[in-house]
Amino acid sequence: MADKTPMGTRVAGATTGPVGRVIVWFLAALWTVPTLGLFISSFRPEDDIKTDGWWNWFKNPARVTWDNYSGVLDNKVNGLQFSEFFWNSVRIAIPSAIIPIVIAAFAAYALSWMHFRGRDWLFVVIVGLMVVPLQMTLIPLLQFFGGDYFPDALEGVTTIWIAHAIFGMPLAIFLLRNFIAGLPGEIIEAARVDGASHLTIFTRLVLPLSVPAIASLGIFQFLWVWNDLLVAKVFGGGATNQPMTFAMVDMVGNKGNEWQLLTAGAFVMMVVPLIVFLSLQRYFVRGLLAGSVKG
Amino acid sequence: MIGLFDVGGRGLLIAIVGLGVAALLAAAWLVPAVMRALPVRMQPQASTLARLGAGATVWGVSAMAWIVLGGGRSSVSKIVTTLYYVTNGIVALAALFGILYLIASLFPEPFREWFRTAAFLLPAVLLLFGLVVPAILNVSDSFYDRNDEWYGFGNYVDIFTKDANIKVFSNTLWWGIIVTIASTVMGITIARFADRMRGEAVAKAAIFLPTAISMVGAGVIWNFVYSPREYGLLNSILPGDPEFFLQDSSLFGITSPWLPGKNTLFIMIVVIWIQAGFSTVVISAALKGVPDDLVEAAKIDGATDRQAFYKVVLPYIKSTIITVATTTVLAVLKIFDIIQTMGKGGSFGTSTIANEMYEQGFPQDNEGLGAAWAVMLFLLVLPIVFVNSRNQRAQREGR
Repeated sequence: MADKTPMGTRVAGATTGPVGRVIVWFLAALWTVPTLGLFISSFRPEDDIKTDGWWNWFKNPARVTWDNYSGVLDNKVNGLQFSEFFWNSVRIAIPSAIIPIVIAAFAAYALSWMHFRGRDWLFVVIVGLMVVPLQMTLIPLLQFFGGDYFPDALEGVTTIWIAHAIFGMPLAIFLLRNFIAGLPGEIIEAARVDGASHLTIFTRLVLPLSVPAIASLGIFQFLWVWNDLLVAKVFGGGATNQPMTFAMVDMVGNKGNEWQLLTAGAFVMMVVPLIVFLSLQRYFVRGLLAGSVKG
Repeated sequence: MIGLFDVGGRGLLIAIVGLGVAALLAAAWLVPAVMRALPVRMQPQASTLARLGAGATVWGVSAMAWIVLGGGRSSVSKIVTTLYYVTNGIVALAALFGILYLIASLFPEPFREWFRTAAFLLPAVLLLFGLVVPAILNVSDSFYDRNDEWYGFGNYVDIFTKDANIKVFSNTLWWGIIVTIASTVMGITIARFADRMRGEAVAKAAIFLPTAISMVGAGVIWNFVYSPREYGLLNSILPGDPEFFLQDSSLFGITSPWLPGKNTLFIMIVVIWIQAGFSTVVISAALKGVPDDLVEAAKIDGATDRQAFYKVVLPYIKSTIITVATTTVLAVLKIFDIIQTMGKGGSFGTSTIANEMYEQGFPQDNEGLGAAWAVMLFLLVLPIVFVNSRNQRAQREGR
């Protein structure tokens, strides 16, 4: 799990004194307690959750149940089963992570290795767009999606994809351009001389070489989309297209007392990002560093 | 787990998927055989065709499965529908670039290159128009009132004169200040003391874990800390009667539109909990990049560990710290989800600009005020990005 570079271990000269060690472990424990509480609660019977602190579970560890999980998956939110929202989240998150990155990769290639007038100027404008808060564009975009010029057939999940693609575009182009422009120019020039087209160079050379950057950006975008509430809530239309975050907020609002359902629901919602995150942690950290820790 | 995995039309699905797999296996055997038979000159085209064929097969299978099973209530049908949506999205994307490039290739030589460049850029530029045009429209929207009548700068005047709005504005500023400083300092502290410690990776993973959790999930998690009921951890630790931590909008008895409420402070703790992992990991990586000799030299000159850290290490990683703080402040100024869940949509004086923008623009149906809030957010973010990019440029030139 540990990655050598960022989590690295330089053997020589350990400098952490006992005080520092205590501070770190104390904070690490403190940071874990809330999640641990949720985890334990999600396996306790309804009565225990509602009338008793989760820390009392340790006194009687045999009292555990799966009921909360089966209960939440069968639970109806706005007339839909909770599990439908799980699949909605998958439907929203995977394309919303892939689409902007592919489009940004093409653009980043053009901005790095194709020659045309105003190239640097265009890049500056794109970077400048990172400043625009997505909140600022919600109302006009919604009017456009609901208006006459946008095909009705695409409303729903597709609209959420497009919205996420729009909001992810500036950062994706920025990071990928930085990476792709840093690839060795000799290889690309050599391929050009051999008569390879830009499309060939892009798909056969640049994409395979950019896997680390694309992977880290993909994880970042996936986590962001999976955990998003605002964009889906605004652009998704009815409950049929909404992700799990929507269902959870709805349950918090309407079933505020059914904590046995909320604990299990929150954990179901967390499982996918935790798996993605823990298995791809290495890329994630490396990708973040490519963008920020250059000095 | 009932909902996710119940059965419905499984036999048909297996048949369809089986057909698809068989087709792919046959192609995997057939394609190389055909390729070997072809003249070398034609092989690149043939392999492109083969890839297209494979993509079309996957899409065809998912479409067939969807036609037979999609749209139903069973789990299998949900999975099939999901697969169909996802493949559709990806196929549409590939087709988009393929068609654009083909069209560009139809043009005669002096223009072909130009059109091909345009084909690479066009989708991105079109999407970016989705940012530029709405941002401009949004500014003009902000001059209209609830009934779509011209209101001039009225919305902005309201923002700075009504107490409730001042509270929203000052809350957002406090969010930016407190959470950014706290999580950056946390990041520096943990990164510093955990560096080269035994069990460093485990400790840092524990700190980083909340980063993957959504704000909505965090709201549920922290209810078990803040709740006034028996299961609220904090109330069980603190002496006295149970407190309603999330409803106390005064700051130790003082209520002012310019001060954050105690409830806001308690919600901030949750976001610090989420953000600290990010600062820790990035700052920690920067710490590993500080040359050992630099620290050694300072110590030979008689500096203590603490002095070496503050005088040598911190200045060395200054640009990283600024990057971390900027990223955090930009995220925090746009804070929304957690106000919706823990602040009950901004009740009890917890609202922030992003939340207010949503509440006004949608539930309250006052789009003009919502748009004005969005402009305020833009104006808040602008100087931060500007100063940061100037800093970075100065640094790059100084090297």
